[in-house]
Amino acid sequence: MVTNAYEYEDGNALAGPLSELFAVDVTAATGRCVSCGDTGRVADLRVYVNAPGYVARCPGCDHVMLRLVRSPDAAWLDLQGTLSLRVPMPPG
Amino acid sequence: MARTALPGRLSPRLEWRVATLADFVDETATARTLLLDVPGWPGHLPGQHVDVRLTDEDGYSTQRSYSLAAPADGERVELTIQRVEDGEVSPYLADTLAVGDPIELRGPVGGWFLWHPSRTAPVLLVGGGSGIVPLMAMVRARRQARSRAPFRLIYSVRTPMDLIYASELRRSARDDGGLDITTVYTRSAPEAWPRPPGRLGLDDIERFGWPPQFEPTCFVCGPTGFVEHVATTLVHLGHDPRRIRTERFGPTGG
Ligand SMILES: Cc1cc2nc3c(=O)[nH]c(=O)nc-3n(C[C@H](O)[C@H](O)[C@H](O)COP(=O)(O)OP(=O)(O)OC[C@H]3O[C@@H](n4cnc5c(N)ncnc54)[C@H](O)[C@@H]3O)c2cc1C
Ligand SMILES: [Zn+2]
Repeated sequence: MVTNAYEYEDGNALAGPLSELFAVDVTAATGRCVSCGDTGRVADLRVYVNAPGYVARCPGCDHVMLRLVRSPDAAWLDLQGTLSLRVPMPPG
Repeated sequence: MARTALPGRLSPRLEWRVATLADFVDETATARTLLLDVPGWPGHLPGQHVDVRLTDEDGYSTQRSYSLAAPADGERVELTIQRVEDGEVSPYLADTLAVGDPIELRGPVGGWFLWHPSRTAPVLLVGGGSGIVPLMAMVRARRQARSRAPFRLIYSVRTPMDLIYASELRRSARDDGGLDITTVYTRSAPEAWPRPPGRLGLDDIERFGWPPQFEPTCFVCGPTGFVEHVATTLVHLGHDPRRIRTERFGPTGG
């Protein structure tokens, strides 16, 4: 898929791919951007599908907060652009 | 959490399940609802979606997301696919997939763009084109739960021919107490339609939505440009961004 400014989906599109890695739904988690410090839902990130991976950018400053690449035998998750991730959890 | 408990909890989410097309309904010339049987389906909430995976004979596989169009009903799952000209996956699902054919499906997924039938707060639904699909799941779940939550739906389509779920929406507007539906046409409207065709604007959202003081939860779904425009307008009208939930279906259109 060719990428231009408007060709993105949102973080909801990561729900399936991230379900391979996490036991809980991460799209409802709140992330803080390394670059601008804003917090927001993973669901609201701008997700670009650059096959074979996903690049998720901060809607405030466009900084890359998350990258996910899936190969046949591994998943590679890069969270360098995310300072913290607050994940809602059932009481445990 | 006990480590041993994890695999048991994880596996149902991870699994690609084989779904079989049981039947289909043509909604418009370009949109088809697939009724799929999915053995072991765990149920879902309105607004959630699935990933669909297609694999060809050489092993090349590709996947796309599709919203669940109806509330959970045992092992039956409904998806409504809008055919994208020159698309890789949607023309196959909308035209080629035949009754009895299998596809792979993973879900339900998504924990943010969803509505719990137990909620009572006012809800504003704004859909563009096929963005109506997850919103319809909410309308149907509301009816099924006999919820009295005040709902308003603004549905933007190009022409009357593009209306998905047209007759059911007409019935809902009449029979589902507390649900108001406004259809906005962007290219051509039916004869004597009070609003001239044109892009969904601030006036429409102000007039047919809720005032921000009512603190509605706003669900906005459709092509990326549409969602962007509506979400910006809602914020401009004074809605709290934290109560605006969006689902972007990708490029252009609307
Ligand atoms: C969470 C989520 C839920 C979704 N739910 C639904 C749903 O319920 N029903 C539904 O029909 N779709 C839904 N979509 C969109 C769907 O996932 C696909 O993007 C769509 O079916 C196009 O896939 P394709 O393989 O046919 O096209 P591609 O091969 O991916 O694209 C082909 C061409 O069409 C353009 N294009 C891609 N997508 C669109 C689009 N949506 N509108 C206009 N042009 C486009 C591309 O730029 C390209 O030029 C959803 C997307 C997400 C992220
Ligand atoms: Zn940022």
